[in-house]
Amino acid sequence: MSVARFWRKIPQRYNLIGTTCTTCGRYFFPPRSFCPDCRRAGNIVDYKFSGKGAVVTHTVIRTASEQFEKMTPYVLAIVKLDEGPRITAQLVCTPEEVRIGMRVKPVFRKIAADGESGVIYYGTKYVPAE
Amino acid sequence: MRDVAVIGAGCTTFGEKWNMSFRNLFVEAGILALEDAGVAGEQIDGLYVGNMSAGRFVEQEHIGALIADYAGLASHHIPATRVEAACASGGLSFRQAVISVASGMEDIVVAAGVEKMTDVASGASVDTLAGAADREWEGFVGATFPGLYAMIATDYMNRYPLTREQLAQVAVKNHFNGARNPIAQFQQEITIDTVVRSSLVADPLRLFDCSPITDGAAAVVLAPLDRAREFTDTPVKVLASAQASDTITLHDRRDISTLDASVAAGRRAFQMAGLSIADIDLVEVHDCFTIAEICAIEDLGFCRKGEAGRLTEEGVTALDGDIPVNTSGGLKACGHPVGATGIKQVFEIIQQLRGEAGKRQIDGAVIGMTHNVGGTGATVAVHILGV
Repeated sequence: MSVARFWRKIPQRYNLIGTTCTTCGRYFFPPRSFCPDCRRAGNIVDYKFSGKGAVVTHTVIRTASEQFEKMTPYVLAIVKLDEGPRITAQLVCTPEEVRIGMRVKPVFRKIAADGESGVIYYGTKYVPAE
Repeated sequence: MRDVAVIGAGCTTFGEKWNMSFRNLFVEAGILALEDAGVAGEQIDGLYVGNMSAGRFVEQEHIGALIADYAGLASHHIPATRVEAACASGGLSFRQAVISVASGMEDIVVAAGVEKMTDVASGASVDTLAGAADREWEGFVGATFPGLYAMIATDYMNRYPLTREQLAQVAVKNHFNGARNPIAQFQQEITIDTVVRSSLVADPLRLFDCSPITDGAAAVVLAPLDRAREFTDTPVKVLASAQASDTITLHDRRDISTLDASVAAGRRAFQMAGLSIADIDLVEVHDCFTIAEICAIEDLGFCRKGEAGRLTEEGVTALDGDIPVNTSGGLKACGHPVGATGIKQVFEIIQQLRGEAGKRQIDGAVIGMTHNVGGTGATVAVHILGV
């Protein structure tokens, strides 16, 4: 991923800045600039998510793409944020710990790197919050 | 709108074809289809080719022209168009060809699909396939394709009665069918033990729950129904062509375990054909993973949500069952060259409806269905064919 492509999403990846539509009250993460429900009647503003949520479903990745090969096995989950949106994220826990409905909270972590001398990508992972 | 018929079909063998290049694969399938149709190159009015990622797999774009050129059609200057929708590229290529003929714009049209996947290492192909999902918000955090379908499986098994053995039976059944298909990548039967003892890829999915990395190409020739008998005694009519889309990410779906695009495309296809599931003699569904076949059977309406595992276990979807599913061996055993799969599904239905499917022939089959999925369900193409 190019530096500009990563840099432009730093507010979302580091600080969970999404959006909300003040017309209907729906929350969006990742942010949307166009409300699918209100369409042109929508009014989109930034919103900082707490990041707290619960596991909807999960897996353990044991065969990964090149960037993640050295990190296997890792736990991947869909997390439903308390405001409503669902996201895909890694969980910092053992494969035995993860379960559906488990409460989680965000942590700032290294996600991947472009080789040994390339860009290091940081972002948000989740840890059990119980 | 004109009625459309398939007048010829061809397919390469599927597998790790180290001695075949991207363009060789397509030319082989194209020649087989044209010979089958009895059509000469200069009679072709248009060409559509489904291809997911020649750019990543063989660093080649501009596929439409390349293929027309190597098919020997450069001097005819026919319109040649690449169609891309990840693993549904072939299904959409077929649909574009159907639309073209139905509209009256073109008469003799080739719909093809091709993918050459083994020229990159497996880590690179895993990453390329992850591009069928959302790169920014799924791939970036380490989601793989098997991982996304594994999360469907986890959700499904938490909500519905599906045992590990029932899920494995999907692969066992598809390998049984593949063993009777001379183009299949895997022509060996397996047991439930083979599946449940294979290595974990993304829990709960194991290696034998996953379709393989495959090279292959397939092509079919379409014509207006009222001209079809100029070329063949066995035209197959296109009874319905439907397509639907949904959110690109799995996490944004209304229901993790239901592919709403499959539901929508299936309903549209039945409505267009004026048929119901009771009319379908066999169906090729998109079993990129065993759980995907379970979802597809239900989402297309062959049974209620939560019942497909039991149906599979009871043999209802087997060759001799009430609803034979994936007689070709499916993506699991026949192989999954992503851009070619949607056309291979049509190829299988053509063979079955003509009574040319050999050891896997469904006796008396007159109506068949194909179901081709892009990504985790963001695009679905459904076709119904009949004689």
